[in-house]
Amino acid sequence: MVSSAAPQISTPAKVRADLKHTILSRMWKDKVARTALIGLFLLYFSALFADILTPYGMEFNDANVGNAPATLLHIHNDNGEFCLPYVYQVRQENDLATYRQTFSEIHTTKYPVKLLVKGESYKLLGLIPMDIHLFGVDAPARIYLLGADMNGRDNYSRLYFGAQKSLTIGFLGLFIAFPIGIFYGAVAGYIGGWADNLMMRFAEAVMSIPSFYLLIGLAAILPLGMTSSQRFALITVILSFISWPGLARVIRGMVLSIREEEFVQAAKSVGMPEVTNIIKHVIPQTASYVVIAATLQVPNFILAESGLSLIGLGIQQPDASWGNMLKAAMDQPNELLSQPWLIAPGFLIFFTILCFNSIGDVLRDVLDPKLSGGR
Amino acid sequence: MSIPVYVFKRFLQALPLLFLISLMAFTMLKLSPIDPLAAMRANPAVSQSALRAEEERLGLNKPAPVQYAIWLTSTLQGNLGASTTGGSVAVRLMQHAGNTLLLNVVTLFFTWLIALPAGVYAAVHRGKFLDKLFGLITAIGMSMPTFLLAFLLLMFALATHWLPIGGMTSSDFAERDSLGQALDIAYHLIIPVCVLTFVSLAGIQRQVRSNLLDVLRADYVRSARAKGLSEEVVIYKHALRNAINPLITLLGFEFATLLSGAALTEMVLAYPGLGRLTLEGVLTKDMNLVMASIMLGAVMLITGNLVADLLLKITDPRITVE
Repeated sequence: MVSSAAPQISTPAKVRADLKHTILSRMWKDKVARTALIGLFLLYFSALFADILTPYGMEFNDANVGNAPATLLHIHNDNGEFCLPYVYQVRQENDLATYRQTFSEIHTTKYPVKLLVKGESYKLLGLIPMDIHLFGVDAPARIYLLGADMNGRDNYSRLYFGAQKSLTIGFLGLFIAFPIGIFYGAVAGYIGGWADNLMMRFAEAVMSIPSFYLLIGLAAILPLGMTSSQRFALITVILSFISWPGLARVIRGMVLSIREEEFVQAAKSVGMPEVTNIIKHVIPQTASYVVIAATLQVPNFILAESGLSLIGLGIQQPDASWGNMLKAAMDQPNELLSQPWLIAPGFLIFFTILCFNSIGDVLRDVLDPKLSGGR
Repeated sequence: MSIPVYVFKRFLQALPLLFLISLMAFTMLKLSPIDPLAAMRANPAVSQSALRAEEERLGLNKPAPVQYAIWLTSTLQGNLGASTTGGSVAVRLMQHAGNTLLLNVVTLFFTWLIALPAGVYAAVHRGKFLDKLFGLITAIGMSMPTFLLAFLLLMFALATHWLPIGGMTSSDFAERDSLGQALDIAYHLIIPVCVLTFVSLAGIQRQVRSNLLDVLRADYVRSARAKGLSEEVVIYKHALRNAINPLITLLGFEFATLLSGAALTEMVLAYPGLGRLTLEGVLTKDMNLVMASIMLGAVMLITGNLVADLLLKITDPRITVE
């Protein structure tokens, strides 16, 4: 009897591992979730190894080709036969009559596209000094696959560096907002009474300010002349500040019912301190909701960051983020047709959010069939 | 409790909330490092006495708690104060808030006009082609940033010249008769309404669908079918009436998110709404203007929730307001 009962008691860790395993494998079986997971992996991989994958650094600029269109890749040689891709140097001309810039290729020298070329030096992951880039061309020709911005910087490369900011801000925000929201909600729900009342009124006050107005108000507080990493950190804090109350309110509601459960009452009756009881018994019960909410919250952070940067209050130049790259599109809407690549960051934002939402939906079906609503 | 008493009670509950919000907004603005009179100070033609007069007019020469007290008393008396750019905050706010309200009401109307039938159709014809198509469209809508859609529609407008490129009125607006003016505004509303409708459509269509699917499994729906009622009567009279309740709560919530969501769309499309006005105010630290617009936003949000609760009470007699 004893020997058969012992394994059952001592295996919760194994059970949990199995559960984790089935969650992952069930998600992997779902076609949509699998595609989304692969998509996200590619996005984060590109952001992590941006320095290698791009031909130019974030701040590299060539003032001679400001606003230049995407560099044409030629794959036919002079006789019309196929050959390895090459590019021409581009020359900018200003038409004095119409004040229009035109760009033309200088057909004297061909610059072949090379793989794994030496270029600007950088530190991979901030540690390893390297100067190898996946592809590139010799100067003075440039390979700008998505054209240049008005300072002559490579839009294609900056998309990768923008991804570093835009993609990490979602997760960093979660790490601040979620502990606050969960603990705040759990304490309010567990203590109850006037403290609960007061805490929830404060949360409601934060929620009752339309979030975007609160966001621009808070962003305006940031002192001028900060370094870009300070600004990045503070913007993350701001984004977290507007998103914890919603979570706190839901968690409080769950805790209100959980604290009446027998196991919580039992722990209380044998003298477990309140805080330990909350952390050990109450909060874990909300786990599946929290995991789902977290997945669905990341897109909100990404959207908020890009919205802020779009109106000029978020990440500042010369740093790249998807939002502040889109600002070029907002500032010159009449150029949208002649420079359609200006909205490329918008598509990446859309794609990232689509991936997170798809994973969130599937995760909800897997973790909490009750919430899935007749699927 | 009767409805007027309930509304009064909710009004009383909202007062401390609004006080807290105003305190938070004021502290936030005071912490901002922007100098509202920077442009005047930098201009050598502006005399010291003119600067002092301007500080006096805006109340900037007093300590912060006094400034807050002045703002609070004058606001309670219905005077929203002066804007840094000259003129009364109330006048500017009313124009812009009217524009934002117009945009939001039209958007809500179209959203529900499309989402309700689409959701019902998808639930009734579950798993069929159109249901899957709606599913795809709403998945795109849920993930679509408003500004991206706005840019795409702007590109469409630029390419075809069928639609105006941003703004709310044409340049010859003042010379038109009132019908012409109304048509002009409607013409300019097409793009922003399309953007906001598409984005908010997705969530509501999904909710309608899943609520109706839940209800269609209920016993009373089976009884209705068993006693030989036609499928239309079962769906529209029995099921839909019950599926709609959670959506009404959503309506109030929707109003609030639209207000925020519309801000970015307004900025991208140069639509003269509350969002753009607030941004301008924040960037120039226009104290009275920003305070008033944040308070107005909060009031609109709280009212939206109250209206939703009242509608719920009217449509569902089982719910009693406590």
